[in-house]
Amino acid sequence: MKGEGFLTRNISSFTHTLESVISTEDLCRALGLLQGLDPRVKVATFVLFIVMVGLARSLSILAIIFVLILTLSFLSKVSLGFFLKRVLLFIPIFTAVIALPALLITPGSPLVAIAGKIIITEQGARTAGLLFLRVTDSLSFGVLLILTTPWTKILVALRWFRIPPLLVDILGMTYRYIFLLLHTANSMFLARRSRTIGSFSGGENRRWLARALTTTMAKSQHLSEEVYLAMLSRGYQGEVRVLNALSLKRRDFLWVAFALIAASILLWSNHL
Amino acid sequence: MSTLDTGHIFEAKNLNYNYPGDIAALRQINFTIGAGELVALVGANGSGKSTLLKLLDGLIFPTGGELLAFGQLLSEKTLKDRTFVAEFRRSVGLVFQDPDVQLFSSTVWDEVTFGPLQLGISKDEVLSRGKEVLKLLNIAHLRERPPYLLSGGEKKKVSLASVLSLHPQVLLLDEPTTGLDPWSQGNLIDFLLQWADKGKSMVFSTQDLDIVEEIATRVIVMGTEHNILADGKPEEFLSDPDFLLRTNLVHEHSHRHRELVHRHPHLHEYQHQH
Repeated sequence: MKGEGFLTRNISSFTHTLESVISTEDLCRALGLLQGLDPRVKVATFVLFIVMVGLARSLSILAIIFVLILTLSFLSKVSLGFFLKRVLLFIPIFTAVIALPALLITPGSPLVAIAGKIIITEQGARTAGLLFLRVTDSLSFGVLLILTTPWTKILVALRWFRIPPLLVDILGMTYRYIFLLLHTANSMFLARRSRTIGSFSGGENRRWLARALTTTMAKSQHLSEEVYLAMLSRGYQGEVRVLNALSLKRRDFLWVAFALIAASILLWSNHL
Repeated sequence: MSTLDTGHIFEAKNLNYNYPGDIAALRQINFTIGAGELVALVGANGSGKSTLLKLLDGLIFPTGGELLAFGQLLSEKTLKDRTFVAEFRRSVGLVFQDPDVQLFSSTVWDEVTFGPLQLGISKDEVLSRGKEVLKLLNIAHLRERPPYLLSGGEKKKVSLASVLSLHPQVLLLDEPTTGLDPWSQGNLIDFLLQWADKGKSMVFSTQDLDIVEEIATRVIVMGTEHNILADGKPEEFLSDPDFLLRTNLVHEHSHRHRELVHRHPHLHEYQHQH
């Protein structure tokens, strides 16, 4: 049962984590600074911010940007603990693989020597620091956008930016059905557990897992065919038509002005 | 529905449908459904009720025989005609059995406006229909909610609303009361009766004979051989316990009344007499 317990625990905690990370409907509806902005403006300016973060060459500027992100998060009624948990959860995944070698192999003036043999250079520490802060800032912007914008509005914004409709529809459907399939997988594990006494060998567990994955795939295939029929039934003819009920307000223009000024300052600071 | 004949809604002539591998789903189906009829499709599991509803909605096509809708052949070829398909989809709406199949949009509002938008209805009309169906089914408070966070009863209501916003002349429903609690079932039946009062047509599959009694003006009984066993008025069949037993629509059960143990078909309105 050891293997099954491990699998079951992981599938259920994955489902739970994914749901809690993505299901932030209440936060999206809060009356905060970013929630009040047009999603197109938000998507465009946040992409601009992420590009600027990629261009930044100073550790202090990147640190200032992170403080600015925390301020935006606070003004958008996103609690700092909740926000940091979501950002810090992913940073090691994105940075560890690249930052660690950069820390150890970049040539330059020695800063610290570990066990007399492994030397961390000043340039290595700076490169790793830059990478860490760039990833942190970029990810923070992404997380802040997701937390303060309903997924549906992000999709509307993407359509407005002429992202191919098929791609946007696939994104929308993936988001919609991922929970259903995860719950199905979870139920299969629970159903197996309810009929099991004793333990299985690792090989048996792996074979069962392979069968469960195949069944889930077959179910998802059937589901996708049925969803397609349901779309056809209501008039779908190959391209989804949507309501574009968005309109720009004064605060959107002010935000764009702020974003452009902030980006200009950052570009200018790179030349100092 | 300007150019379509609204006298005969559906006409099936020697209709057959096989799933891949020549697995029969429907055999030699013949019927005509007229405007204003409220038809219940009843039959055992696997008798082909859901398949027939998909055929009536032009989502799959017969492998033998013919199916006409509003006097016109319903085929892959005719449904490629943009004018015909738009008129057909405006006139016929199917509520799927599983709301998770039906509700693919990101919010309830997107769901109820999806159909009218795809059919090229004007923006003002789409907005007005969306608000109308949300009010009609008392689900205006769910407007911005994602469908996957709704309860089973709410999902069913949103599924129905998403089809009613098409303003169909014919409503097809696949097991509409399955999975609903008795209160929600009652509400749904009341709503469907009111809706049908406006001269609309309805074809619904069900295994719940109570809803047949309450709604249907005609019953088509499907057999395990995927054919039609009987077609007529509900009272003709519901008062014949032997027929209901033979067609797997009721089961015989035994139970105790103090000292007396007896067996009888389990059917409420007509046969449950002691």
